[in-house]
Amino acid sequence: MNETTAGPILTTEGIPLKISLKKAEKRNKVRAFLLVAPLLVFILITFLIPIGDMLLRSVDDSYINTVFPKTFEKYKEWDRQGLPSEELYKTMFFEVKEGSGRSIGKATTRMNYAKSGWKSLLKKSKRKFKKIEEGPYKPQMIAIDKRWADIEYWKALGVMVDPTTAGYYLNAVDLKYNVDKEIVRQKENRRIYNHTWYKTFKVSVLVMFFCLILGYPIAYLLSTLPLKYSNLLMICVLLPFWTSLLVRTVAWMVMLQQKGVFNNLLVMSHIIADENRFKLMYNETATIIVMTQILLPFMVLPLYSVMRTISPNYMRAALNLGASPLHAFWKIYMPNSVPGISAGCMLVFILAIGYYITPELVGGKDGQMIGNWIAYHLKTTLNWGLCAALGAILLGVMTVLYWVYNKLVGIENIKLG
Amino acid sequence: MALPSYATTGQRVGWYTFLTYCGLVFFFLIAPIFIILPLSFSASPFFEFTREFMNLEPEAWSLRWYRQMVGISSIGDTTVVTDKWMLGTRNSFIIGISATLLATALGTVAALGLSRPHMPFKGTIMAILISPMIVPLIITAAGMFFFYSKVGLTHSYLGLILAHTALGTPFVVITVTATLTGFDTNLIRASQSLGADTMRTFFKVIMPLILPGVISGALFAFITSFDEVVVVMFVGSVEQITIPKQMWAGLRQETSPVILCMATCLVALSIALLTTVELLRRRSERLRGIKLRN
Repeated sequence: MNETTAGPILTTEGIPLKISLKKAEKRNKVRAFLLVAPLLVFILITFLIPIGDMLLRSVDDSYINTVFPKTFEKYKEWDRQGLPSEELYKTMFFEVKEGSGRSIGKATTRMNYAKSGWKSLLKKSKRKFKKIEEGPYKPQMIAIDKRWADIEYWKALGVMVDPTTAGYYLNAVDLKYNVDKEIVRQKENRRIYNHTWYKTFKVSVLVMFFCLILGYPIAYLLSTLPLKYSNLLMICVLLPFWTSLLVRTVAWMVMLQQKGVFNNLLVMSHIIADENRFKLMYNETATIIVMTQILLPFMVLPLYSVMRTISPNYMRAALNLGASPLHAFWKIYMPNSVPGISAGCMLVFILAIGYYITPELVGGKDGQMIGNWIAYHLKTTLNWGLCAALGAILLGVMTVLYWVYNKLVGIENIKLG
Repeated sequence: MALPSYATTGQRVGWYTFLTYCGLVFFFLIAPIFIILPLSFSASPFFEFTREFMNLEPEAWSLRWYRQMVGISSIGDTTVVTDKWMLGTRNSFIIGISATLLATALGTVAALGLSRPHMPFKGTIMAILISPMIVPLIITAAGMFFFYSKVGLTHSYLGLILAHTALGTPFVVITVTATLTGFDTNLIRASQSLGADTMRTFFKVIMPLILPGVISGALFAFITSFDEVVVVMFVGSVEQITIPKQMWAGLRQETSPVILCMATCLVALSIALLTTVELLRRRSERLRGIKLRN
């Protein structure tokens, strides 16, 4: 040890202590990170990249450009006044005639989103083009189908020239591009998403609200009871949490259907007549009831963990100083439990907004949420651009809420039972 | 907390109203789960309590749906073997157990890293690792469907296992990190100063202490995979039946009481898992010297 030095303190190896410590800390940081790295990489590859990839689909419009590359090259020269020149017709003619049926079929699906009629027009044309041997092509194409002389069809192609589009996002909020690439509202009968968004939020808020008014009292009871009782009652909260979502949904179907337990009880006790049983299933009410029961544990657990830390002495002091029980509760206990309320509400809302299974099974037509439309486009209509756009908007809302939740509660404070 | 002896009548009424309300909420939580248990023993092909069933008439009670569940059913005199449910059970266990092992290994190691005081960007990394639990399943399923089909992972066990591992890891990370709070790092120093290397320290000192958390996390990961239906539907092939997928199909097409039998089995399973986790939690709290609740 060098005791006489006036300069920086040195370690036994003669390196200044500050640098040595910094080095050690850096080493520790790297070590800690190396432990987390495998999972981080795993989540990145199996989860985050797939979701990112899906989000790219929501703006991707390049496919059609790969099917008709020359047509779109020529198209850019067109002045959009009057019908295009013979040359553009000719390029289109050859690309339709020589293109593979499958890729054209796929492209026409996209073209139909821009202007309906393209699909049938191209299908018909492809069949008839085989007989045309030489030009001029424009009059012959128009002879095959009048629609080739309709400028609206040509204008509609302009929407698809760019390899990226905001069109799917517009569709997701009931807007669309018209043939001149101006944003207009969807036709009356095709406006479904704004209403669905509204309904998704409404159901989520209601579920959150019901979870709060049902969950708050029992969390309070659990946190004030002696340990041996509260542990027993806690099982009532934890068991649903551990039971399969489908099992609980089935159970509710047994309860709520026309000949279900609930209606049977009412009939047996002569409250309602046998012929006018309540229609409890396959509507929005059913969705709300079932989701409330399913998400209730997610409200109770955060509330309980906050309430446990509130000392009963606060309430005693308030009562002692002359406050009525209600007043004391409102002024003392409530404000102390706010962190639990916000944590529970956020968690329930975040989980509720993306629900799919329950609305699908018990919601009927009227109880469908945005998740159901995503699934519908994913597997039935195969309009994957719209599916991705709806998903992206939902994910955006979730990310904001998740961020707020993280700021408010801290993600590491999530408790599971 | 009970009512003090000097409580006024008004307070008494209020307190008992409150207790009744809580009782009803507990009933609301728990009743639907138990309502299916008796119904699975009904002979009726519908999900309803018939009058004969309620009067405990022997012919209204039967095990026929359970027999059908394990693959034996009879139409008239011929015995038909439908093994969809057993196939589903087998698949669910294969996928569930593989995903659990993978998720537990990755999650435990990551939690050890996250609990170190020197961890950089802790908050952000934690938020990323927890995100599979928060992102709606339908979005996860859509993303995986597109991406996994690009890389050829759809319609394979590997794809499903990887997907379920991703969904299960947040639970492992959360429970193990929770167990590690209050972990006395001096124990590691003591072990190392006595000459144990890193591996030996991990298996002889750290592991026994965090084991309850690890097992709880593993059980959470298992039940997550075991219950999951949306990702299986989109990433798996038609033949890759799992229990929830078969239940889903049963609910949407041929509503058969076999679903109730399987549901009863699943409730039994969740009771078993819940009990295990509760016992482990108490053991862990005792081991770490943390006072029990209250």
